[in-house]
Amino acid sequence: MGGFALFHLPTIGQLRRSATPGQFALALAIFIFLILFLVIPVGTVIYVAFTERGTGSFTLVNFQDFFSNDLFMRSLWNSIWVSAMTVVWASVIALPLAYLTTRFEFRGAVLIQTLGFLPLVMPPFVGAVALQMLFGRNGTFNLLLDDTFGFKIPFMEGLSGVVFVQALHYFPFILVNLSTSLRNIDRSMEEAAQNLGCSGFRLFRRVVFPLAMPGFVAGASLVFVKVFDDLATPLLLNVKEMLAPQAYLRVTSIGIADPMGYVISVMLIVGSVLVVWLSAQALKGKDYATVQRGGGGLSKRKLKPLEGLMAYSVVVFLLALVLMPHFGLLLMSFATVWSFSPLPDAFTLSHYGRVFDDSWVYVKNTLIYASMAAGIDVVIGTAIAYLMLRTKLIGRHWLDWLATAALAIPGVVIGIGYLRTFYDISLPGGAPLASFWMIIVLALAIRRLPYALRACVAALQQVSVSLEEAAENMGATKARTVRRIVVPLMAGGILAGFVTSFSTAAVELSATLMLVQANADAPLAYGIYVFMQSAAGRGAGAALGVVAVVFVGLCAFITHLIVERSQRSKGFES
Amino acid sequence: MTRSLAATTFATVVLLSSSFASAQAPSGKVSVVTSFAKDVTDPFKRAFEKAVPGVTLDVQNRNTNAAVKLIEETRSNNQIDLMWASAPDAFEVLKGKTLLMKYSPQATGIPDKVGSFPINDKDGFYFGFAASGYGIMWNERYARANKLPDPKEWQDLAKPVFFDHVAIAAPSRSGTTHLTVETILQGEGWDKGWRTLKEMSGNFRQVMDRSFGVPEGVNSGQVGVGIVIDFFAFSAQAANFPVKFVYPSVTTVVPANIGIVANAPNAAGAKAFVDFVLSPAGQEVLLEPTIRRLPVNADIYAKAPKDYPNPFKDPQFQKMISFDVDKSEARTAVVDTLFDQIVTFQLDGLKAATKSIHDAEAALAKKDNAKARALVTEARDLVAAMPVSETQASSEELRAAFTGGKQKGARQSELEQQWSSFARERYAQAKTKADEALKLAR
Repeated sequence: MGGFALFHLPTIGQLRRSATPGQFALALAIFIFLILFLVIPVGTVIYVAFTERGTGSFTLVNFQDFFSNDLFMRSLWNSIWVSAMTVVWASVIALPLAYLTTRFEFRGAVLIQTLGFLPLVMPPFVGAVALQMLFGRNGTFNLLLDDTFGFKIPFMEGLSGVVFVQALHYFPFILVNLSTSLRNIDRSMEEAAQNLGCSGFRLFRRVVFPLAMPGFVAGASLVFVKVFDDLATPLLLNVKEMLAPQAYLRVTSIGIADPMGYVISVMLIVGSVLVVWLSAQALKGKDYATVQRGGGGLSKRKLKPLEGLMAYSVVVFLLALVLMPHFGLLLMSFATVWSFSPLPDAFTLSHYGRVFDDSWVYVKNTLIYASMAAGIDVVIGTAIAYLMLRTKLIGRHWLDWLATAALAIPGVVIGIGYLRTFYDISLPGGAPLASFWMIIVLALAIRRLPYALRACVAALQQVSVSLEEAAENMGATKARTVRRIVVPLMAGGILAGFVTSFSTAAVELSATLMLVQANADAPLAYGIYVFMQSAAGRGAGAALGVVAVVFVGLCAFITHLIVERSQRSKGFES
Repeated sequence: MTRSLAATTFATVVLLSSSFASAQAPSGKVSVVTSFAKDVTDPFKRAFEKAVPGVTLDVQNRNTNAAVKLIEETRSNNQIDLMWASAPDAFEVLKGKTLLMKYSPQATGIPDKVGSFPINDKDGFYFGFAASGYGIMWNERYARANKLPDPKEWQDLAKPVFFDHVAIAAPSRSGTTHLTVETILQGEGWDKGWRTLKEMSGNFRQVMDRSFGVPEGVNSGQVGVGIVIDFFAFSAQAANFPVKFVYPSVTTVVPANIGIVANAPNAAGAKAFVDFVLSPAGQEVLLEPTIRRLPVNADIYAKAPKDYPNPFKDPQFQKMISFDVDKSEARTAVVDTLFDQIVTFQLDGLKAATKSIHDAEAALAKKDNAKARALVTEARDLVAAMPVSETQASSEELRAAFTGGKQKGARQSELEQQWSSFARERYAQAKTKADEALKLAR
C-alpha cells in the first residue's frame, strides 16, 4: 500500500504518550482484525482499480475514465440525490414514532418499537416481489385505483420510487438510534427548561431534539450511507443508473475483466467515509453527555384523550404503511396463484408444509451466524467508540473510518475477497478455511460492524466522562471502570446496535451466497433464494420469508423488552 | 462444539472417501453447483439417491456467473464435483480455463443433435441433458385487460400495441437471453437482427438483471410479455399461473448442460450422477410438473403429457436455424456490452424515439404524406444505426478491450462512452424527425 507513506507516521514515543499500554494493545488488536478480515480480502479484489490494462502497472487513468463517462456521472448524482431525499423522508416517518413512544405514556410502546423496526428485516427477493404485488404498476393499489378512478400512481417508478421504498426500508435506523438517544436524555435538562417557561414544540425543538442529536445523526448518516451503497432496492425497481447497481452489475458479469466495477467500489467507499466524517464534524465541539442516569430519560406525560386519538392515528397510519411489504409477504405465503389481481385467487397452507422440513436447519444456522456476528460487532463497536471518544490515541479515527468503509463494499466483493484470501489456507483435515462456516460469521460481522459501531458511538457520546473520572478517583482501574460504569451506561445503545446488526445479518445474502459451501451451513436468506428461482417455489419462498421475519421480530421484541426492563430497574417508574 | 466436531468428522469422511473413490463404487457426498431452482434439483436428488444407494447429493444453488466465479476462485483446493446449468457459454468459459474433466457417459439412446444444435461438447467436457428453446411468454389476464393480441414472432413485439408491455433480461446478466439475442443476430444477420432487436426494445417496459426476474414479472402481472426460455413458462403453467408461451420461427433449441469439475473430490460420484441424469430414469424426471424441460432422449416423449413439445418430431423445431457456437463465443462481450450501452442504459431515449415513430406512423395511416413518410424512414434508420459492424465485433482489437488483453489499446470504459453517446445522439435525432413527420401528417 503506497498510500500510507503519504500520511505522517507518529513516532513510538508519541504513540506511547497518547494512550495506556492496555488501550494501545486493544487498538492494535482491532486494527489487525480489520486488516485481516477487511483490508486484505477487499484489497485482493479492488487493487485492479489502480492498474493499467495490459501492463498491470499503477495508474489513475481509470478514475479519469470514471469522471468522463456520462453514465457513471449521472449515476453518481442520482445516488447522492436519492440518499439525501431518503434521509428526509425516513426522518418524517421515524421522528413521530420515536417521539411519541418515548415522550408520552403510550400503551404498547415496546410493540410499536418492535414493529417499527421490522422493515429492516426484508428478506431478499420475496420482499421485492411482495412490494411489487402491492405497490407495483399492476399491484393491488394501482389495480383498485384504476378500476375505481381510472388512474394509477407510480409508487415504484424511477428515482422517486427508490426514495419511497428506501425510506420505508431504512427509517428504522433513525428510529432505533433516535429512540435510544431520547431515552438517555437527562430529565433534569427538560425540567430546567420547563422551569424557565419552555414547553410544547419549542421545548422539543430547542432542548429535547438537540440533546438527541447524536442518535439522530448516527441514524441519518447510516441511512445516507446505506442508501448510497444499497443495490438491492434499485435493482428491484430496475433502476440501474445509480452507483451501487453499476458496480454490482459490472463486478458480477463474466468475461469482463475491466477495472471500472472496482473503481466504482472505491468511489462508494470514499463517499461513505466522507459522510461519516462530515457527521462527526457536525457533532464536534458540542457536549451531549449528561451526568445523571437514574432518570431513565424524559419524563413521560399522559396524553389527553384528543391528543391520544391523534397520536394513535399517526402511529397506526405510519405502521400500516411501513408494514405493507410484510403484509404482502404474508398474503403471498398463503396464496395459490396471485397474478394481475388485487388479491390472490385462493389461499392454502401447503407452502408452509413444504418449507417445514428445511426451515429448521436454516433458522438454526441463521441464529448462530447472526448472533455471533452481532456479538463480535458490539464488542468491537464498543471498543472503537471508547478508543475514539475517551483516548487521545493517534490514528484512532482510522479505526472508525476503516470499519465504516465496510458498509460501502459490495457484498459480492467481500465474498470473492474471502475466497481468494482464505481458500488456500487449509484446515486440519484438508478442507479449505474458506469452506468453514465461521468464515460466513466473520464476513457478516465485517459487513454489519458499521451499524453497531454508530450505535455504540452515539451511546458513549451521551455518557458524561465525569462519571468515569469519579470511579477512577475512587480507585477503580480503567478496565474496571469500563466494565462497571461505561458499558452499563451504554447498554441501551449497545443493545440497539446488536439488534440492528443481528437482524440485518439474518437476511443478508450477497456475501453469504458466495461463501456457503454446503447446504447444512446455509442460512435463511439462502434458503429463500433457492426457492425463489421458480414459479412453484414463490409461495414456499414467501413462507420461509415469513418465518425469517417472525423469527427476527421475536428476537427484536425480546431485546426491546430487556431494554425497557433495564430502564425500569435503574429506578425509573413511568 | 458439536459443529466443529461434525466438521472434523466430515472432513475425515471426505478425505477417506476421496482416496478410495477412484477404485470403488460411488459413495459419499457429491457436491453440485447449479443455477437450477430447488424445484428442479429436489426431484433429481430424490431419484438419484434412490437409484444409487449410499450417495448424497449436496446441491449448492448459485446463479451461473457466481458458480463460474466460485469454481474459478477455488480451483487450488477444489471441493466441487459438478457444474450443472443452462447456458452452454458458461461451460465454454470453464472448459477454456481447463476447469472441467473429460468423461464419456455410459448413456445410450441420445442423438448427436437436437434441432441443429450438437447435444454434447465435441471434446467430451460437458453434456447436454435437456433441451430448451427461447420464445415469448405472456400473462393472459394482463393481455385481456390491456387488449393485447397473442404474439407469434419477434417482429410482433415491435408493434405499437405492445409499447411499454415487454420485458427482457439483459444479455450481459443472463446466459439464456444472450443466446436469444445471438440467435436473432445469426438468424436475421447483424444489421437486420439489431434493427429487429431495437424495434422490439423500443417497446420494452424493463430490461431486468436476472433471468428469473422476467418470468416472475409476467407471472405476477407486473409486465405483460416476456422474452424467456421455454421451461420458465411451462413450469409456471404447471403451477397454474395464467400464462402462455410461443416459439417464434427464428429461434433455436439449445441443450442445458452438466459437466464434471476438474480435480473433483468425488469423481466416482460425479460420474455416477452424470450417468444417472442421462439415463432413461433421469430423463423422465425432466417431465415433472415443476421442471418441464425437454428430454434429450427421444424415447421419453412417449411418457410425456399431451401437448408436451417434442423437438425431435414437431415441425416447428425442424425449421429452426442452426446456431454457430464459435461465432457467438468470439463476440460475446461485444454483443452484451453493445446491448447494455445502446438499449439497457439508453432505454428512455430509445422509447421516446419509438413512441414518436409510432405516433407519426399512426397519423400517416390516416392521412398519407410523402415527405413525412421519408422522415419516418430516416428516423427508423437512425434508431437502427450501429456503432460497430459485424466484422469489428469479432475483431481482435475489440476483444482485447474486454478481456484485459496484453496490448495497450482502447479501454472498455472509453468504448462504452463512445457507443452510448452514438446511440443517444441518434435516438434524439430520430425523435426530432419523427415529431416533425407527425406535424406534417396532421
